[in-house]
Amino acid sequence: MSRWDGGLDRSSADDRVAYGGFHKAASQRHLLLPALHAVQDAIGWVSHGAINYISERLTLGPAEAYGVATFYDLIATDEQPARVAHVCDDIACKAAGVDVMLDDLERELGPPRTDLDGVMWRPSPCLGQCDKGSAAFVQVAGGDHRVAAPASAKQIIEILRSPKPRDHVVAPTPRQVGAPTSLLARVGSQPTLDEYRADGGYEALTTALSKGSAWVVEQVVASGIKGRGGAAFPAGIKWKSVAAHDGTKYVVCNADESEPGTFKDRVLLENDPYLIIEALTIAGLAVGAERGYLYIRDEYPIALRAITEALSSVRAEGLLGEDILSSGRTFEIETRRGAGAYICGEETALFNSVEGYRPEPRQKPPFPTDAGLFGRPTLVNNVETLANIPGIIRKGGAAFATIGTDDSTGSKLFCVSGNVSEPGVFEVPFGATVRDLISLAGGPTSDIAAVLIGGAAGAFILPQDLDLALTFEATRERGIGLGSGVVIVFDSSVDFVEIVNRIAEFFGDESCGLCIPCRVGTVRQAESLVRLSSSNGDRTVELEILDELDRVLRDGSVCGLGQAASVAVQSALALGLIGDPA
Amino acid sequence: MIETRIEPPKPLVTITVDGVEMTAPQGATILETCRDADIAVPTLCYLDTLEAFNACRACLVEVEGSRTLVPSCSREVTEGLVVETESERVVAARKMVYELLASSVDLSLVDGETAMFMERYDVDVDRFGTADRPVRAVKVEDDLYIRDYDKCIMCFRCVAACGPDAQNTFAIDVAGRGLKATIATEFDIVLPDSACVYCGNCIGVCPSGALMFKTEFDMRASGDWRPEDQTVSRTVCSFCGVGCNLELHVQDNRIVTVTSPMDHDVTSGHLCIKGRFGWSHVQPDDQ
Ligand SMILES: Cc1cc2nc3c(=O)[nH]c(=O)nc-3n(C[C@H](O)[C@H](O)[C@H](O)COP(=O)(O)O)c2cc1C
Ligand code: SF4
Ligand code: SF4
Ligand code: FES
Repeated sequence: MSRWDGGLDRSSADDRVAYGGFHKAASQRHLLLPALHAVQDAIGWVSHGAINYISERLTLGPAEAYGVATFYDLIATDEQPARVAHVCDDIACKAAGVDVMLDDLERELGPPRTDLDGVMWRPSPCLGQCDKGSAAFVQVAGGDHRVAAPASAKQIIEILRSPKPRDHVVAPTPRQVGAPTSLLARVGSQPTLDEYRADGGYEALTTALSKGSAWVVEQVVASGIKGRGGAAFPAGIKWKSVAAHDGTKYVVCNADESEPGTFKDRVLLENDPYLIIEALTIAGLAVGAERGYLYIRDEYPIALRAITEALSSVRAEGLLGEDILSSGRTFEIETRRGAGAYICGEETALFNSVEGYRPEPRQKPPFPTDAGLFGRPTLVNNVETLANIPGIIRKGGAAFATIGTDDSTGSKLFCVSGNVSEPGVFEVPFGATVRDLISLAGGPTSDIAAVLIGGAAGAFILPQDLDLALTFEATRERGIGLGSGVVIVFDSSVDFVEIVNRIAEFFGDESCGLCIPCRVGTVRQAESLVRLSSSNGDRTVELEILDELDRVLRDGSVCGLGQAASVAVQSALALGLIGDPA
Repeated sequence: MIETRIEPPKPLVTITVDGVEMTAPQGATILETCRDADIAVPTLCYLDTLEAFNACRACLVEVEGSRTLVPSCSREVTEGLVVETESERVVAARKMVYELLASSVDLSLVDGETAMFMERYDVDVDRFGTADRPVRAVKVEDDLYIRDYDKCIMCFRCVAACGPDAQNTFAIDVAGRGLKATIATEFDIVLPDSACVYCGNCIGVCPSGALMFKTEFDMRASGDWRPEDQTVSRTVCSFCGVGCNLELHVQDNRIVTVTSPMDHDVTSGHLCIKGRFGWSHVQPDDQ
């Protein structure tokens, strides 16, 4: 039995006792994060009273709601100004010289993390705008969240102070180069649903419905496509495995994109939302799910708006919901907003986030395909992986498999940023080298000192290795992961100690805290690096500590965050970018 | 009438542990199998009356073919599994887990088994010397028990005992994240204002000395706490008819703490406020 007692707009309908019983009421827990967002959006922070009220409505302990709220960077449980700017100080922007802008901001507005006459700013991990070289995401209580990219101090202050703040973003230019699958074909044109359909959109869904689920899954298997979210797992195996289960199942589009240096998913979501929605619909129908979730990081308000509008258009046209295209099949998509936590991109943490629990990863096995969201078989795919699906259905899996290399089929989006003339997202068939990508991006702005492949969880390479092919197999052979397609170029003016320390700090900040190796090890790694670069550190001792931390992080951490937290650090040490005796 | 369902016996699987072949019922974990075979495996967060959390990683073992080490507390045995419980890799990881833990909290009152393994692995508790760690003041908010989160190893047992695994009260949960995470009531309000019902089940499961009877806390402070002089007598709680077994810990003819046996099938170690704290009426007032 649980009591419902309404809000400000309490009506007699609220004045009732629900005889659903505890378990039925507890099934509302998945609304916890949306409820916290609602309060945060309206007021700018979540008070004790709000936590109590939400807890009562959702039948959970206030301590549980508080535990969830305090996990997320973008949910405040202490009173704070109604407008808060989160300004990127992460590695790609650092390489592009963002420190100058941060100094301007501090001079013109004031120090970070301080109430400055009703507004506040604070440094933020990567905001997925790395091609712009500087970025801010502004939480605007009572209004729409805003973005500036590139961001000047003046623009950030304007968003913080203006009665009617607006976004300051530069429209992207399409950059697909000789790529036969054209993932970026519609970037820059922002098509309406009619335009999308006139361009071949929703043909794939029609084909999928007429040929049937088994055929669709076969095409995905035949395409050989591997996940683009970082783990490079063959998508076909996952699709097949989820399709083989009975009962309730789910599909999830992972749009949490928080790996420093990654911004490809944002470009797709903002510019071609129908493509992602069509793809997720095909996935849902193929594996037999009636519900899909699109989990998008909150720092992408423009993409969220594009997706939300697109969802209402496709629903109105019968492309989503009940009886899709008169097929008798049902599929619905719900968007869920992240709230500032890198770990939520890890698939099992994402499930916990959606379910209203603290987004701590789950020990695998069981794997999501057997027991995922709400304990049911779940297919999780990255935005870019899904973006390939309509093309695979239209042209057939076998045709897709002819593009790229044997082990890396299709084309790949690469996020090139840092010290290059024209940073951006580039689509190339698998097989292109680091050098190819840098030249597509207009070449380096000066002498290259090193390139970071794969993001904060990736590894550095030196200028003599630019002919490395960016395929899953070639990078694996070199012991570095392709990750999410990050290529950050650093020239010789870059202070690698600062870059590597920022990476180490990132993992310490983002560790969920569940397991000891990562909870404590990431912080000790960052501290050891600081000692190593200071004159009073004992080099031998620190190198030994870093080496042993590397081992325990990789061997003992629960999830990929801890397991990858020392990879970039170790590669920087091995290449002599840091740690050389002064 | 009480119906007793007898499950068909579980099929056995054969695994190899430290070079010795052994059988275990399907569904058993590596840890259970090792303990049945008297192979010592350390744990910090695992407790057999609670669901496994996979948090501490002290129980890691090496499993042939696995990229990373594997938490033995939650990995179920499968046919042909080959396990090493104290390989060089395992020892290196466990040692580091303890060293990292020691750098982040006060381990002075940690349980005996943990202390034994720390010695066995030659753990250097000062390895990280001046490392940054959150320093937390002791919470003394009532006369029943204290919370000293400076000693908390974040094993999550108390959260499970307060919540879904025993008491269903949900007065405490983990708050914050990363190294700053701690166990807390909402907005860190004091216990008497929280949902806490003072069952003390969190104290019963806490391995670190972070949760402690106020009696023990006060006696330690005054130097009167002498576990070696304590006797334990088992009795049945007289408050109601459930039949919970109590273990009365007595020092100098006075009850100092009360626990319940973990293997007692009525309580699994859990009690309510009356059994846990309601013993003041059986002994004379201090004054
Ligand atoms: C710490 C961490 C963060 C991750 N972040 C993301 C992310 O932002 N987006 C994503 O698609 N996958 C992310 N992943 C990988 C997911 O767990 C999962 O493998 C992926 O979403 C599966 O989709 P795919 O097979 O299409 O790549 C992350 C993994 C880890 C360990
Ligand atoms: S590795 Fe880090 S992020 Fe992953 S579960 Fe452990 S503490 Fe959490
Ligand atoms: S207070 Fe005790 S039981 Fe609770 S998490 Fe800390 S060490 Fe574990
Ligand atoms: S937006 Fe600044 S590094 Fe990515």
